Amino acid sequence: MGALEPILLTIITASTPLLLAAMGELITERSGVLNLGVEGMMIVGAVMGFSITAMTGNPYMGVIASMFAGMMMALLFGFLTLNLMTNQVATGLALTILGLGLSGMLGEGFIGQPGIKLPVLHIPGLSEIPFLGTVLLSQDILVYISLALVAAVYYFLFKTRAGLVVRAVGDNHSSAHALGYSVLKVRYLAVLFGGACSGLAGGYLSLVYTPQWVEGMTAGRGWIALALVVFASWRPLRLLVGAYLFGAVSVLQFHAQAAGIGLPSQFMSALPYLATIVVLVIISRNLVVTRANTPACLGRPFSPDR
Amino acid sequence: MSNQGVPSSEPAEKPVLVKAVSISKRFGEVLANDSVDLTIREGEIHALLGENGAGKSTLVKILYGALEQTAGDIVWRGQSVKIPNPAAARSLGVGMVFQHFSLFEALTVADNIALALPKDTDLSNLPERIVAVSQKYGLPLDPFSTVADLPVGVRQRIEIVRCLLQEPSLLIMDEPTSVLTPQEADELFKTLERLAAEGCAILYISHRLEEVKRICQRATIMRHGKVVNECDPRLETPATLARMMVGADVHAIKSNSEITTGNPLITLRNLCLPAENAFAVELKNIDLEVFAGEVVGIAGIAANGQSELFDAISGERRIEDVHAVNLLGVPVGKKKINHRRKLGAAFVPEERLGHGAVPGFRLSDNVMLTRFSTEPSLLLRGILKRGNAAEMEQRIKVNYDVRMTHDNPEARSLSGGNLQKFVVGRELDRKPRVMVINQPTWGVDAGAAALIRQALIDLARTGAAVLVISQDLDEIYEVSDRIAVISRGQLSAPEPAETMTRERIGMLMAGMGEKHDNNTDKGQKHAAGA
Repeated sequence: MGALEPILLTIITASTPLLLAAMGELITERSGVLNLGVEGMMIVGAVMGFSITAMTGNPYMGVIASMFAGMMMALLFGFLTLNLMTNQVATGLALTILGLGLSGMLGEGFIGQPGIKLPVLHIPGLSEIPFLGTVLLSQDILVYISLALVAAVYYFLFKTRAGLVVRAVGDNHSSAHALGYSVLKVRYLAVLFGGACSGLAGGYLSLVYTPQWVEGMTAGRGWIALALVVFASWRPLRLLVGAYLFGAVSVLQFHAQAAGIGLPSQFMSALPYLATIVVLVIISRNLVVTRANTPACLGRPFSPDR
Repeated sequence: MSNQGVPSSEPAEKPVLVKAVSISKRFGEVLANDSVDLTIREGEIHALLGENGAGKSTLVKILYGALEQTAGDIVWRGQSVKIPNPAAARSLGVGMVFQHFSLFEALTVADNIALALPKDTDLSNLPERIVAVSQKYGLPLDPFSTVADLPVGVRQRIEIVRCLLQEPSLLIMDEPTSVLTPQEADELFKTLERLAAEGCAILYISHRLEEVKRICQRATIMRHGKVVNECDPRLETPATLARMMVGADVHAIKSNSEITTGNPLITLRNLCLPAENAFAVELKNIDLEVFAGEVVGIAGIAANGQSELFDAISGERRIEDVHAVNLLGVPVGKKKINHRRKLGAAFVPEERLGHGAVPGFRLSDNVMLTRFSTEPSLLLRGILKRGNAAEMEQRIKVNYDVRMTHDNPEARSLSGGNLQKFVVGRELDRKPRVMVINQPTWGVDAGAAALIRQALIDLARTGAAVLVISQDLDEIYEVSDRIAVISRGQLSAPEPAETMTRERIGMLMAGMGEKHDNNTDKGQKHAAGA
């Protein structure tokens, strides 16, 4: 038990940013918008979270700032792709490049500064339960948010009318428009939600994962989040499985390497990617379900013909 | 052509429900509606007639709030109203069933219907309400099935039930029967008459003049964006209605009786194809021969295996038994579609947009796609010869009267009927020796349908084998020399059109021919077609 707990804690820490960012992108893509700028929104969220925390001394202000920063990036993306109808793929890539550059500039003065870690929220009574309480219920607010988000997104998408509208807009924007739904409004909200989640994921990195600011500290996690959304066939519960599987294998392979397992380190480093792809391909092998969950209008611009 | 002003034969004029007053709509250079007037009374089934591109769809989209008029007024129960969006139209009491359905394929029937209901609707008992309404009006529906798995006939029911749940006072139907069998259409007419009796007005767009004459009390006829006439269709004949629409006589199709039959060019032997999914149809032991020089029509109710049969013959789905499908004497069961085209076969699928043509491609590129394998002039060592494709596109446009607002547009910008003329024309232009066509004139106006049907007959008479799959019985009778009926994936033995009565087709559709005897002497039956 003693050795297991720290490993589980690091798995949660490694998985949470992926889960947050991917859950936001899932909603964005469900509405039919492909935002490849997750990495860019994350890194801006990371630098803003760190710098506002450093300035105010309050990591919760940092959390709010990271979310806000992600939303601002998403707003820019939304304006370009939804109003000006720019190509979503190109704009998303540009957003990532912009985010990486912008964060480097904003964070210049904060390099090497010690950060403030987001405190663990103890739940009186529950956090003392051996194992369950000490692992799952002794986390910071962002971990709780990320897990609550899975349930909330699932409930929203499949149990509420608003979620139905989001899926409808992503499936057939022309019909949604013909029925009188504002495709633009739905997509703006979805893009902003995606930005907020990506920003939070970035904030998690600079406030919990490694409480400091390092340029490029997202290290490709935005791209992994994007891939997870597709491999999870846009379903929130599968996304949870995918994010935690990826987090778990990347932590475990690290421990295995440290223990001196006789496999090439390159192979071990590739393991999280391989394992995640294999598992998600296997759970997505039902083509009918996959087709029914793939937003048919993903990446297609919409202009009403009036 | 003057406004006849025939007094309605109803005992008393019903109150006016909606009046469109000099509606105009401009799309760039094109005036799609030019000062259009339209009056619809409560409880009336009102036909809106016109050729493809006459402006009917534009007008109804304005009434439904999907388009905004450039000029003119809409008066609803005596009050001038603005209809800025479909939600406003629905809250007034306007429901619409679209020609190209506005359904969400990935969602269930219940979800699709929920999306069209007002925001404050209680959705908890929706499935029960769907079942109740669908039973009341004879439109059976399973609320929990996914739309992607449903055939077109059922999809239309979803649209209708979706409107009915909102208890509309005006129901707009854009070519509702174009996808239905006669029996399904009869059911629909009962539904419509029942609705009209309950006081709901129905604006009915159709190309089928017989049915307009049968169920409508008023008709407004449009041509080139203007209202050219108004009449009581019950006092007209289909020929006079067609003349008003086209502005000239529609020439009757003549089937040149000189059939010189040759070898069988399409031969299906014990063709079996497993169902692709739980909702698809399995093809069972299909036998068929189509000879050079003849047109064979396959009748059947929607989703009885027509598209599966088409896919098997065209090569969209391959067959394990290579000899099950034989085109022009070559067993092609496992061959790709281009291989079959090179043999001299041409295929026109049911879905013209997305299947028969790439919506975002220009027409010349769409020509390229089906013909580069058979026309050496289109491809030189892998390099596209665009100029030659454009020439073909021009030729198709002229020969098959494809109307377009500008030269070589994207396929999606053509109206349904014009695109169908293009897709059919593209294949006919090759002068194929085998032609397989599914629903040749779906949603096409009378003039264009006559053109397409005549072209199919003429093609057969030049020595080609033509197989027409259609749910339109009138069409089947017009073009076919022999008729077979498909029912639950089984095909009846073809019989000469002269001796095949509608009653017999109806019985075969209902499954009478399913236990077919394989030893029917096709050659003999065929000879009777001459």
